[in-house]
Amino acid sequence: MTSVQYAAPTSLAEAAQVLAGAEAPKLLAGGTDLLVQMKLGLRQPGLIVDIKKIPELKALGLDASGLSLGAAVPGAVVTANAELQRLYPGFVEALGLIGSSQVQGRCSAGGNLCNSSPAADSVPAMIALGAVCRIVGPAGERRVPVEDFNTGPGSNCLAPDEILVALEFPRPAPRSSDAYLRFIPRTEMDIAVAGAGVSLSLAEDGTCIAARVAIGAVGPRAIPVPAAADALVGTTLDDAALDAAAAAASAAATPITDKRGTVEYRKKVVGVLVRRAVLIAKSRIEEQA
Amino acid sequence: MSAPMKKCHVSATVNGEPREFLCEPTQVLSDILRNDLDLTGTKEGCTTGDCGACSVMLDGALVCSCLVLAAEVEGSEIETVEGVAKDGVLHPVQEKLLEHAALQCGICTPGIVVAAKALLEQNPDPSEEETRYWLAGNLCRCTGYDKIIRAVMDAGAAMRGE
Repeated sequence: MTSVQYAAPTSLAEAAQVLAGAEAPKLLAGGTDLLVQMKLGLRQPGLIVDIKKIPELKALGLDASGLSLGAAVPGAVVTANAELQRLYPGFVEALGLIGSSQVQGRCSAGGNLCNSSPAADSVPAMIALGAVCRIVGPAGERRVPVEDFNTGPGSNCLAPDEILVALEFPRPAPRSSDAYLRFIPRTEMDIAVAGAGVSLSLAEDGTCIAARVAIGAVGPRAIPVPAAADALVGTTLDDAALDAAAAAASAAATPITDKRGTVEYRKKVVGVLVRRAVLIAKSRIEEQA
Repeated sequence: MSAPMKKCHVSATVNGEPREFLCEPTQVLSDILRNDLDLTGTKEGCTTGDCGACSVMLDGALVCSCLVLAAEVEGSEIETVEGVAKDGVLHPVQEKLLEHAALQCGICTPGIVVAAKALLEQNPDPSEEETRYWLAGNLCRCTGYDKIIRAVMDAGAAMRGE
């Protein structure tokens, strides 16, 4: 076993110093992916940088402009927050689907995104909400939409000396809500065969005036499906609109066949999930009234 | 020949007592608890966060101690299964697991105790469905879960004074 070092910087400035010139650094958030990957021999970092002692990474800020969620805030903290449940129910559910109660004590939306699994549950939900990554590195700060962060299975746009600090979510407009659904053959503790996130805004008369649709586990990375959103906007979310959105999602899916599902099955199911997630988001808006 | 790993010196509170230990950067908390601190109630099952046998409370959060680096717990408060009974008096979850005979080989039991206590502290009156979902990360290969779920719900009732 090669030498591994451990560092736990307490500020972004200290983290930048630690990362500068480090050999094979790897950021550690909740460790629910990284420590397993290390145990399986899939990753051998030279330096483990625990980012959880940096205040910005554990901060949760909610104001009139929206939510800033520190990248290492544990799932259990998010799912226990009644205001987040009310404002972003689909995202909160998606994050809460990850792993067991024990995993929820450690896993984070930032970690889920940076692990760059195509099947990451929180990612389609974040894309549907238009969430943006706040990234800090030697060149300063930059913002990247969540949908542009991942570049493929296990890979993303983060440079080795950059840190995903927070995820920023716009505050939902009035009469808006979101939903996330995944399909798994079990009821808990499983990885998505297909997943769909949807956010909607409705006019008083029930016409859909804004929509975002994202799909996961049906391609090398989670992606937005603008054609599915376009099929919803301007409609009352009638059957024809739902069918068109489902068909657009199925058409946008580029899955592989593996032990969890076939290409044909995943393309079909992801459309069904989009359709059902739209109806859930719609009923959530109706319940707000 | 690889270079030796630099050991980390860690101070933490374990079951209310200050403890110190040295660990390697990649050593996990379950390993230190069992082999350095002699707290062998915490079990190592899968070591990949799937079975829950190594469940402990870390700063009030239920976690798998096999998925926590020992170096991470500097300054933290940890409660293991050894800290659940107070002054020789079993916790209601422990009492009810015994009463319902909700264990066979016993390897999963410490994790169940820690996880069930955490559930009842944040949700004093969970439904059966909530209880089953909460304990989905605690695998038991003996009992078929039924007695465990009944025992935990009964412990909740006892704690509510019912």
